[in-house]
Amino acid sequence: MSRLRLYQLAVVAAFVALLEVLCLSGVIDKVTMPPPHIIVRDFAKLLWAGEYFGEIGKSLANVLAAFALAFVIGTVTGVILHGYKTARDILDPLFATYYAIPVFAFYPLFIVMFGLGDGPQLLIGFLLGVVAVIVTMLNGLDRVPLVLKKTARINRLGPLQTALRVTLPFCAPYLLTAAKLALAYAFIGVIGSEFIMARSGMGYEIGYAYTNFDNATMYPLILLILLLSIVVNGLLSRWENLLLSRRGLK
Amino acid sequence: MHGEERKPLRNAVILIVGMLLVWELAYLVVGNVALRSPWQTIAFLGKLMQTDIFWIHLRDTLEAFGVALAIAVVLGLLIGFGLGLHRLSGDAMEPILVALYSIPKITLYPIILLFFGIGLSAKIAFGAIHGIIPVALFTLSAVRTIKPILIKTGHVMKLSPPVMVRSILFPAAVPGIFTGIRVGFSLTLIGTVLGEMFAAQHGLGYLLMNGISLYNVDLIMSVTFLLVVFAATVNTILLAIDRRLHRGV
Repeated sequence: MSRLRLYQLAVVAAFVALLEVLCLSGVIDKVTMPPPHIIVRDFAKLLWAGEYFGEIGKSLANVLAAFALAFVIGTVTGVILHGYKTARDILDPLFATYYAIPVFAFYPLFIVMFGLGDGPQLLIGFLLGVVAVIVTMLNGLDRVPLVLKKTARINRLGPLQTALRVTLPFCAPYLLTAAKLALAYAFIGVIGSEFIMARSGMGYEIGYAYTNFDNATMYPLILLILLLSIVVNGLLSRWENLLLSRRGLK
Repeated sequence: MHGEERKPLRNAVILIVGMLLVWELAYLVVGNVALRSPWQTIAFLGKLMQTDIFWIHLRDTLEAFGVALAIAVVLGLLIGFGLGLHRLSGDAMEPILVALYSIPKITLYPIILLFFGIGLSAKIAFGAIHGIIPVALFTLSAVRTIKPILIKTGHVMKLSPPVMVRSILFPAAVPGIFTGIRVGFSLTLIGTVLGEMFAAQHGLGYLLMNGISLYNVDLIMSVTFLLVVFAATVNTILLAIDRRLHRGV
């Protein structure tokens, strides 16, 4: 294990130990937060009982759907937009300001428009992710070397063929970055929406447990969401670095 | 040359008019049940601004947001400089910060509520945790990419660490730090409003949620509009300063 990994492990371990000491000594009282070892025990119990598998599955299905929508529509929009410089110039300020806008503020509006169901959640997850995908795609397409485009033209490839056989394969690392961002945003969008207002899902269950002072459910569910997002994000980042280093970009 | 300079302005006008048109079209399609036209929204916002209760909510949000942003910037700068100046700590902590950046922080809100209780301090804490990490990450990378010759010059002149930070590191890292503050600004605003949407008795986020339970489409649309216009305007200004700073380097 490298020195760096040891350092990181020590930081995380020290943080958990600190929480444990604070909880056991009563600085943080039991109603606020159970000690970490109790949270881990409850976590194991919760998974063992399988009580929340339905909710977890439903949330994850919505996350995947929002991700797929953002990724596919974002990629296609990016490819099309890349061909129209004026349209791109006009939309550029929108892209630059987009992530300053509190997209969650639209959630109440979507609930009024589509009703309280999966629709508004999907839409929030999609809206959060799609612009990141478009911007990453445009960035990747800008870097396609001229010689590749010329080769495609010499071989008389049509626009679709060029996209499928030349530009998109070249953009593979960017596609992966886009996928990573879209997934992270889909997660934030869906769980966040469930949390604000919903009838089911992991975010809803956390909010429900909070209102009932049910720490034995709330903390394990929060832990589960944190672990899921960190693990998935970590794996995708590792893959991304691998692709980038193979291209000599990192 | 003259025409080139005018292009951004023209594009911005086209963009804004285009978005208003899309909004108006959506209104014509969806109808009065769930949407209001741009004009109706602005008119209702004008009416809303004449009520005292609106200003109380607005002040509450701005107060929480202002304190949260101040905390995010100060703590973010401290963390960023601390880690940026120590190689091993920076290398080790950066991935941890990136991982924290990507988690859905909204799930942490119940924990914050349990620690701080429902009220202003919880909103401030929630806004601040959204903003600290981007400020810290951008500061960290800005401090790290300072040209070594500047730091060497400082060493040659035997500057003490505080003087070193004040007269060399900070000025050299300003463009990167500013980008961090710009991103931190947006995220802190989002965090503050989100906090108000989940559990609060005051603020614009609370007004939004109140709009749902009262099925008050006018209220929802005008508050959303206000938030979007505020965020977009401030970000556009910050972005312009940001680009100028980066060009100067």
